[in-house]
Amino acid sequence: MYLLQLFNGLSISSILLLVALGLAITFGLMKVINMAHGELIMIGAYSTYLTQNIFKAYLPASMFDWYFVLAIPASFAIAFVVGLILEMSLIRFLYGRPLDSLLATWGVGLVLQQLARSIFGAPNVAVTSPSWLDGGLMIMDGTLLPYKRLFIIALVIACLVAMYFYIYRSHEGRRMRAVMQNRDMAACLGVSTRRVDAMTFAIGSGIAGIAGCALTLMGSIGPSLGTYYIVDAFMVVVLGGVGKLVGTVLGAMGIGMFNTLFEYWTNASLGKVLVFVCIVAFLQWKPMGFVAMRSRSLD
Amino acid sequence: MLQQKWTPQRIWLLVGYAAAAAALFSAPMFASDFRLNLLAKFLAFAIVALGLDLIWGYTGILSLGHGIFFGLGAYAMAMYLKLEASGGMPPDFMGWSGLKELPYFWKPFENFGFAVAMGILIPSVLALVLGYVTFRNRIKGVYFTILTQALVIITTTLLVGQQAFTGGTNGITGYSTILGASLGSADTKRVLYWITAAVLIAVFILCRYIVGSRFGKVLRAIRDGENRVRFIGYNPAIYQMVIFTISAAIAGIAGMLFVLHVGIISPSMLGIVPSIEMVLWVAIGGRGTLIGAALGAIAMNWAKSEFSTAYPEGWLFFMGGLFVIVVVFMPKGIAGLIGQIKFRKKRKEEDHEGIRNPAV
Repeated sequence: MYLLQLFNGLSISSILLLVALGLAITFGLMKVINMAHGELIMIGAYSTYLTQNIFKAYLPASMFDWYFVLAIPASFAIAFVVGLILEMSLIRFLYGRPLDSLLATWGVGLVLQQLARSIFGAPNVAVTSPSWLDGGLMIMDGTLLPYKRLFIIALVIACLVAMYFYIYRSHEGRRMRAVMQNRDMAACLGVSTRRVDAMTFAIGSGIAGIAGCALTLMGSIGPSLGTYYIVDAFMVVVLGGVGKLVGTVLGAMGIGMFNTLFEYWTNASLGKVLVFVCIVAFLQWKPMGFVAMRSRSLD
Repeated sequence: MLQQKWTPQRIWLLVGYAAAAAALFSAPMFASDFRLNLLAKFLAFAIVALGLDLIWGYTGILSLGHGIFFGLGAYAMAMYLKLEASGGMPPDFMGWSGLKELPYFWKPFENFGFAVAMGILIPSVLALVLGYVTFRNRIKGVYFTILTQALVIITTTLLVGQQAFTGGTNGITGYSTILGASLGSADTKRVLYWITAAVLIAVFILCRYIVGSRFGKVLRAIRDGENRVRFIGYNPAIYQMVIFTISAAIAGIAGMLFVLHVGIISPSMLGIVPSIEMVLWVAIGGRGTLIGAALGAIAMNWAKSEFSTAYPEGWLFFMGGLFVIVVVFMPKGIAGLIGQIKFRKKRKEEDHEGIRNPAV
C-alpha cells in the first residue's frame, strides 16, 4: 500500500516538476513572474489535441498511435513560438520589475484563456491517449503502475537531462548563465543579451508546452487547465530556491510527496493546508529555499 | 505633510472631498434601489482598494491574498446573518451534509457584536501571522506575493472541502434579517448604504492619517529602499507586519459590508481571480494615491457591471488588455496621469505621493 502511495507521490512530483521546470527558467534565471505560464501549458495541451485531430482526419487509423510522438515536439514548438512573441512584444519591457511582470502576464493569460475559449469552446475536450500507454506494470498483487504515469516520469527525466546539457554543457547555455549572472559584463564581452533573453524565455515556454502535452494523458483539457497548476508550480520554485535545477527537483519532490502523504492521512483539502504550513515552516528555516545561490549583493 | 498651510490647492481639495462625500450621502435620493445596491457594493470594494493601496501603493508589498481577508470578513457576517435567519438552529446546508448540531465555533456568531469583531479580528490575525513568518525572515517581493496566492488557494479549497461547516461551493446565502430589520426592505438597504458610505469615508480618513503620519513616511521609505531604512536603524519587518494587518482588517470590514448588500458569499468570490482583480482596481486608479484607488475600484466595477453581462467575452479580453496596458504604460494609473499633467504645469510642486522611484 505504501508502495502505491510512494508511486503516486512520485507521479505527482513529476507532473509538478514538468510544470515548474519552465518556471525555473523564466522565474529562476530571468526573475520574470510569468503568470501566463499556465496558459502556455494550455497551449501545449491544445497543440496535442490538434495533432491528434490531424492524425485522425488525414492518416490511416493504424498510424494514429504514433501521433503522440509527434505531439511532444509540436507542442514544444508552438509554445516556444508563443513564448518568443510574448517576450519580444511585452516581457522585455518588464525586466527588473517582477511584480509588474506578474500583473501584466496575468492579463496576457486572461486573454489567451479567453482566446482558447473562443476557438475551442468552453467545455473540456478529451485527448485519446495512444494505446501503447494503456494498461500498466503489475509489480505486486493489486499494485498496478500505469504506463501513462511511468511515461510522464520518463518524460520529465528526459527534459531534465536535456536542460542540464543545454544549460551547463552547451555554448548557448553558457551565454545564458553569463547573462543571468552579470548582464553588463556579458554584454561587454560581446554576448547579445537581447537574443539570449528571448531564447531563454522561449525555451521556458516550450517546456511548458511539453508539460501541457503530458497533462493530456491525465485527463480532459480545457481553457483553464493551466490555472490549476500555476500556483503549485510557483510554490515548487519558491521552495526549491532559484537558479539551480537541483533545487527545483527537490522542491517538486518535496511538495509532491508531502501532498500525497497528507492527503492519504487526512483529506484533500486539509492535505493542501498542511503542505502550505510545511512550506511556510520550511521557509522559516531556509528563507531562500533548498538551494540558494550564494551572493554578497543586497537584494 | 504634517503641517500644511491653507494653500488654495488644499482648500480646493477639501472642497472637492466634501462635495464627493455629500454626493455619496445624497445618492439614495437620485438612484433607484437597484442602482443604489450596486453602488453600495462598489463602495465596499472601494474600501478594500484603500486597504490594498496602503500596502501595495505605499509600502510596495503586493498581496494577492486580499480576497481571503475580504472573504473571511464576509463569512463572519454571513454566519451571523444565517443564524439569525434560521433562528439559532443549524442552517439548511448543515442538514444536507448530515450535521444535526450547530458546531461550537458557529454558536457565538449569533451575537452581532461578536460577528463584527470576528470579521475584523480573523483577517487581522491571519495577516499578522503570515506577516510575522514572512517579513521577519525577509521573505519579500515576489516570494511574499506567491505565498499570499497560495494562501488564497488553500483557503478556498478548505472552504469548499469543509462543506458541512461552510456551505461548500454554494457558500452561505438565504438571509432574512439583520438585527431584526428585514434585509429586503428599501429602508434597511438605504441605511446600510449610508453605513457603507460612512465607513468608506472613515477608512479614507484613517488611511490619509496613516499615510501622512511619520509611520506612513517610513512605509514609503521601505517601498523605495528597504535596505536603507534598515541601515538607518528601523526594523522594516514591524512596519510591514502592522500595515499588512491594518490592510487585512480593512478588507475584512469591506467584506462584511459586501455581504449585507449582495446577500451571498461563496468561495468563488474570494478566489484567485477576485483577489487579483482587486489589485487591478488599484493599479488603474493609481497606486500610491488613496483617492485613485477608491475611484479605480468604483469605476472598474461600474464598467464591469455595465459591460460584462452584455459582452462576457469582450470583457475578459478588455480586462486582460487593460492589465497589460496599465502596467506597461501607466504604472501610476489614472491618478498618476493627472499627476503628470499637473507636474508639467508646475515643476516646482513635486508630487510627493507619486511613485517616482519604485524599488521593486
